[in-house]
Amino acid sequence: MQSLGSIRRDFAPWNDQAAKPYIVFDQVTKRFGDFTAVNNLSLSIYEREFFALLGASGCGKSTLLRMLAGFEEPTSGRILLDGQDLRGIPPYRRPVNMMFQSYALFPHMSVEANIAFGLKQEGMEASKIAERVAEMLKLVKLEQFAKRKPHQLSGGQRQRVALARSVAKRPKVLLLDEPLGALDKKLREETQFELMDLQQKLGLTFVVVTHDQEEAMTMADRIAIIDKGEVMQVATPAEVYEAPGSRFVANFVGNVNMFEGTVTARDASGASIDGDSGISIRTENAGDAQAGAKIAYAVRPEKIKVSSRPPMDIDSNAAEGEVYDIAYFGDMTVYYVKLGNGLVVKAASLNSARLTDDPLTWNDRAWISFKPDSGVVLTR
Amino acid sequence: MNASLSRFNIASIVLGFAFLYLPIVLLIVFSFNESKLVTVWGGFSTKWYVAMFQNRGLMDAAWVTARVAFISATVATVLGTMAALALTRYTRFRGRLLFSGMVFAPLVMPEVITGLSLLLLFVSMGLDRGFLTVTLAHITFTMCFVAVVVQSRLVTFDRSLEEAAMDLGATPVTTFFQVTLPVILPAIISGWMLAFTLSLDDLVIASFTSGPGATTLPMKIYSQVRLGVTPEINAVCTLLIAVVTVGVIAAAIVNKRREVQRQRDEHAAQRG
Amino acid sequence: MSNAAFSQSASHAGTDTGLGTRIVRAVAARLVIAVPYIWLLLFFLIPFVIVFKISLSQTAIAMPPYVPVLDFSEGVGGFLASLREFSIDNYLWLTEDALYFNAYVSSLTIAGISTILTLLVGYPIAYGMARAPASLRPILLMLVILPFWTSFLIRVYAWIGILKPEGLLNQLLLTIGVIDQPLIIMNTHTAIFIGIVYSYLPFMVLPLYSALEKMDYSLIEAAQDLGCPPTSAFWKITFPLSLPGVVAGCLLVFIPAVGEFVIPDLLGGSQTLMIGKTLWNEFFANRDWPVSSAVAVILLLLLVVPIVLFQNAQARAQEQGR
Repeated sequence: MQSLGSIRRDFAPWNDQAAKPYIVFDQVTKRFGDFTAVNNLSLSIYEREFFALLGASGCGKSTLLRMLAGFEEPTSGRILLDGQDLRGIPPYRRPVNMMFQSYALFPHMSVEANIAFGLKQEGMEASKIAERVAEMLKLVKLEQFAKRKPHQLSGGQRQRVALARSVAKRPKVLLLDEPLGALDKKLREETQFELMDLQQKLGLTFVVVTHDQEEAMTMADRIAIIDKGEVMQVATPAEVYEAPGSRFVANFVGNVNMFEGTVTARDASGASIDGDSGISIRTENAGDAQAGAKIAYAVRPEKIKVSSRPPMDIDSNAAEGEVYDIAYFGDMTVYYVKLGNGLVVKAASLNSARLTDDPLTWNDRAWISFKPDSGVVLTR
Repeated sequence: MNASLSRFNIASIVLGFAFLYLPIVLLIVFSFNESKLVTVWGGFSTKWYVAMFQNRGLMDAAWVTARVAFISATVATVLGTMAALALTRYTRFRGRLLFSGMVFAPLVMPEVITGLSLLLLFVSMGLDRGFLTVTLAHITFTMCFVAVVVQSRLVTFDRSLEEAAMDLGATPVTTFFQVTLPVILPAIISGWMLAFTLSLDDLVIASFTSGPGATTLPMKIYSQVRLGVTPEINAVCTLLIAVVTVGVIAAAIVNKRREVQRQRDEHAAQRG
Repeated sequence: MSNAAFSQSASHAGTDTGLGTRIVRAVAARLVIAVPYIWLLLFFLIPFVIVFKISLSQTAIAMPPYVPVLDFSEGVGGFLASLREFSIDNYLWLTEDALYFNAYVSSLTIAGISTILTLLVGYPIAYGMARAPASLRPILLMLVILPFWTSFLIRVYAWIGILKPEGLLNQLLLTIGVIDQPLIIMNTHTAIFIGIVYSYLPFMVLPLYSALEKMDYSLIEAAQDLGCPPTSAFWKITFPLSLPGVVAGCLLVFIPAVGEFVIPDLLGGSQTLMIGKTLWNEFFANRDWPVSSAVAVILLLLLVVPIVLFQNAQARAQEQGR
């Protein structure tokens, strides 16, 4: 049996020129009065993909989902599902199902009746419905709760009923609106893997809306980062984190140190940057930045080393400063080092040993250093 | 709920409100009718208003009604507020079920029964029917409405406000007057207004419990209506509607102003 | 030493204020409960007992000039003696005369039909209001409540001018040529239905609105998402969830409508039989207090079930509000 990881590694239809996208947003705009929720947005999602729409609240991600479900019609542009234009098709005739953020479980119906609701609308035979409902209850491990009403269930159980109800009809696409938003942290982590497992088992296309970057990073094949109704970047979680396309994305996903500066020299192996903060940076990842361009150089805190001594290795970019603050998280420690001109740099170091031999403390002189391939140049 | 209005929704709202308001509008329009016939328009005139003010019996009845309404609403507000406090604050005392039954039952009790039973009580107590008995009767049936209005506010009242006051050294009595009362005051005021208009409008209970010399305005209107519809009655009704409408709308505006002011203050406070 | 004295006096003062506070609180609690309680006992419950008692007494005794029926001056013995004088003649009289039976039946029928009509008229209004933009809802709510503040009598009176044979409705219909004979609506059951629907509409709309307004619209979207067209979603989701509002609204209309006096009297004409009117006539025209008391007792018995239902609904709503 193949492990989950090995299947996922080969799964990359977006790199395949011949692959046909399953869901296409084609220059979609949605306005509510004066407010533009979605602005001329184009996006392709592939079959069996686990796709996340990530953004802050009010960025338009939920509107995208609601347009796909049919609760809103685009003001202009097209949405295609498996080649079919969805315009004018009401929600109850679309082969997509949605799991609502509030779960929207019918309070006057039992768990069973909730799950059977969609199947009844299809006019499925009673015996088949019973069979499918039993199957769904087993899938979400709620067999004993079939007769309960939603208010007699815990938050996690309700979430699973909502999930079972939305996949019971075997939709082509499952839309999930903040599926884990109402769960506590521990339950959320467990449920993430259950969701991924379920998607594999059923072979469905999942489109999930979330504001939680960890959730998106853990579960999704690809993430679209949305801001003010526009797509900022579509990429795999690793690409989004390690090669953000813009200052916005770099800041939005994870922690980052941003050195604003100017490219002084550009060659085949990289670029030299004169940082506004006084630091000179040599980088191997210069993108399309040309000499003279105003850019930002982004480095993740965990890629910055902090030490009481200057770095040995001469390739490294380095600067001296003073320990300004220390945040201890148990598994790691984040040092805030204030450089000469006042810029504060975050450096995270993993506490792999219980006690370190190089204890830095408040107001100590400290060196920060990072390798030429540690960060990326951002032109936008 | 939150969704766009369909054409059906708009039609039902518009027709519904037309049904609610058209009869009242027509009544008001025909109070300005020159002709004695209420249904044939004979030109604009205010003569019926003049006639109304010259009608001694009508004016006496109006004065009686105003006094009854004012006194009964005030007493009913005190009693109703106490009843509401009793129901929300003290969840267990002997006879609570009977008590809550007696508070809620008058809301739906047919007026003929309330009226008859109160009359028989007054007779057996040896009270002469008149101003006092109408007022007592009105206190009794309006206090239940006050209780329901105040109670609905008390249910959502944050008890920690009172605990905070007592924690800061206020006695229970001070706490009630300085903290609880100001917070529930809007509900008490609307309770008073409700009691006042209910008393102003009541025909059936007043007919049972009132006596000679204490004829209320609705009783007067009723006896004239039985004789036939006249523009003078329309004029009286219009004036009554005007008084009540102005009162209710003024109260709503004051409430709204206070709300807007509060929001503005909060906004300003947040900005810094 | 001084320390101990200090702590002693402090603890003494502490219990003192504690006791004082407790006494004030206990007295306040007693008062808050007792005053309205006694008032309601005296002016609500005891009157019913008296009605019941008079309904059992002989017509002659209770005829004005008044002979006290509830005479406690003779003590318990006198009270028990008077118990022996009770008769159920008045109730027998009610069963013998078909007039009363018909009045009860027709009251219940008219109230029932009117309640259903009010529901049919009120539901779309409440539904439309609940779906209106949130900024508009307080105004709509105010517009529903406002007529309720204006006199009931006036609102019923307003319909006379409209429904009369030479009234405004007939004038309008004759002018636009829909009919060529005036419709006879006044003094029929139709006029009573119109009057009840009109007068009690706010009582129906308000509980319906509050049930519909707090409903989560995503439930409807979920139903549609699962393949349910809007009309069917209404019957499967919206309507069942608004049932508490439907029940409360129907009871709020039905109960007072059964005992309604003004509407049948002013709009229904002399041949309409409704129990509120019958009671009124027994009392004011025939001056037969025992019989009208018996009529009231039976009316109350008929309404006990709906009133208890109403109280349960109230209690449940209160529970949820908490």
